[in-house]
Amino acid sequence: MAIRGRDRREGEAQLRSTARLKEIMAAHFAGVDAAARGRTAPVAWCTSVGPVELLRALGYQVFFPENHGALLGASRVANETMARAHALGYSPDICSYLTSDVGAYLSGKTPLSRYGLERVPRADLLLFSTNQCREVRDWFEFYGREWGAPVVGVTSFRDLDEVAEHHVDAIVRQLEALVPALEAVAGRRLDAARLEGAVARSRTCSDLWRDCLRSSAARPAPLTFFDATIHMGPAVVLRGTAEACDYYRQLAEELSGRAGAGAGALPRERFRLYWDGMPVWGRLRDLAGLFAELETSVVASTYCNSWVFDALDPGDPLRSMARASLELFIARSEAPKQRYLERMIREFEVDGVVFHDSRTCPNNSNARFGMPQRLRKELGTPVLVLDGDLNDLRCFSDEQARTNIEGFVEQLEGSGKATAAPVRA
Amino acid sequence: MAPSYFAGVDCGSWNTKAALIDADGRLVATAVVRTGADVQAAAARAVGELLERARVERSALAALWSTGFGRHALTLADGSRTEIDSHARGALQFFRGPLTVVDIGGQDAKIIVVDGEGRRVAHKMNRKCAAGTGSFLEEMALRLDVRIGDLPALAAGSTEEIALGSFCTVFTGTEVLALIRQGKRPADLARAAYRSVVKRVLEMERVEGQVVATGGVVAHHPLVVQLLSEAIGARVAVPDHPQEIGALGVAVAARAAASG
Repeated sequence: MAIRGRDRREGEAQLRSTARLKEIMAAHFAGVDAAARGRTAPVAWCTSVGPVELLRALGYQVFFPENHGALLGASRVANETMARAHALGYSPDICSYLTSDVGAYLSGKTPLSRYGLERVPRADLLLFSTNQCREVRDWFEFYGREWGAPVVGVTSFRDLDEVAEHHVDAIVRQLEALVPALEAVAGRRLDAARLEGAVARSRTCSDLWRDCLRSSAARPAPLTFFDATIHMGPAVVLRGTAEACDYYRQLAEELSGRAGAGAGALPRERFRLYWDGMPVWGRLRDLAGLFAELETSVVASTYCNSWVFDALDPGDPLRSMARASLELFIARSEAPKQRYLERMIREFEVDGVVFHDSRTCPNNSNARFGMPQRLRKELGTPVLVLDGDLNDLRCFSDEQARTNIEGFVEQLEGSGKATAAPVRA
Repeated sequence: MAPSYFAGVDCGSWNTKAALIDADGRLVATAVVRTGADVQAAAARAVGELLERARVERSALAALWSTGFGRHALTLADGSRTEIDSHARGALQFFRGPLTVVDIGGQDAKIIVVDGEGRRVAHKMNRKCAAGTGSFLEEMALRLDVRIGDLPALAAGSTEEIALGSFCTVFTGTEVLALIRQGKRPADLARAAYRSVVKRVLEMERVEGQVVATGGVVAHHPLVVQLLSEAIGARVAVPDHPQEIGALGVAVAARAAASG
């Protein structure tokens, strides 16, 4: 049973850009699929915050399995497929993107069928970066064994207090060492100008996406976290392309117009919250509906900002790619993570923070080392920790989540920040 | 005469509780019935018993609000609040803040922190597991071959301290079976089960200041309160009607809303 909440579309203004979003995502999937089937271009799989610009410069069509994992979760196919991977020795306690995706492959299922794909595109090469977690490598190695395809990547640093030059040097050396393998499969040499172009487009995409997210600093917020998780698709799968830049120009303009006109994503915004951690993909719509029902806008998140890469610089491609990959929130230690959250709490003027403690994603769960308690104590910010998971709905209790969220909003009502209004039966 | 009473119904997993307060907020009556499989029918029975006990007509109710897991399903309710809010409000009818309210119910356990002004500042619910709840005790009673209602008397005969896990109900159940095979006494295992509940609850959140225990488990298994007091090294207060405290709290919320 899902969380009961009204349909979030009721009373909410649809973004006009959504139609364009659907078009370019469909074209992306069709393009990778056509390349894989027709052998018209080399196909690579890449981790979502991996060094995709190298692949773009070498003419690869790129597929992002984490995006596929999210689609498996959102379509709730994941819950049918994970068991196949568990039976193969992939624990229910590891990343449920991995287990739902591998299980889907073994079951011959994919939500990409709605885009006309019969299966995930077969990779000629798989390129990972462990800047987010180790699971991505293990995930790719399953397919590497399955298809006899090379699995290459960057073994990155994690839990960094500061990103020092020696960290960047080490990643640059790894990126340079990857190039011959990427060239061999692509059948062409890496062209410096093409790499600069890809990095320039990634940076533009990043800047525009950040503008979109920052628009929700306005009151009322024109974009919620739940909508942003959908609209971030091109920032993940089309980073380094002109299509992504064009899309975010359009979206940023629309959001700016909304903010300027005082139009919010919700009909009424009593409270503003920040979301830390992964989405609960199988309950995205239900949670969006519940927060809308409570007139509470989730205005910003760590997750959607994970595809903002301020360091990218086309004048120094590899070095800036290395730095960008290390500066990511997920690759940092508790202290810089806390500073980041404090800055976001202030910038977006939120009334509270919801931490999603995702059972199978410890690297993207920030409630496990006392962070919520420290924020509550040091900033006086109300915090809520929700137990759940990105894809494994067995780890998520609808009733507990609803009670926790409603109780949290009641707490905000009681703190004198808004007129108390009971939740109607 | 204008309607002047406020009723609260707490739709719990095991029992449905009801409380009635008058226009001045004074507690008039309470009632507890088994929830069973029909939440609506249980609520109707609880309200019927409540009004009969108070000798108050249904028409004298200014409002009836619901709380608990079935709060949204209740068609007879005019409004609702979460059990988190209701238990805090209920406890505040008996004690002044700052308080830490420890509510142990049939399906969940909660820790609710209330500041000196009576405002809720934090809460924590148990994870998706029965450990630390009444359901855990029911499972342990099953393993020890006694009815849940007989568990307190059994535990009273304990002479040896045994440590049981508090992570997972199934794991602990298996642990109990192994200990029975080793010849451990049911009385000692019963007491160990209560200690396991306390351990689990204290893992959820730091418990500070004046601690108030509420909920059905607290009402029917007073050993939990004693063990909780021992564990934190301070007296744990229990309000009158600890099982109906959520129903009382939501009745108080209904009255507060009516008075603007």
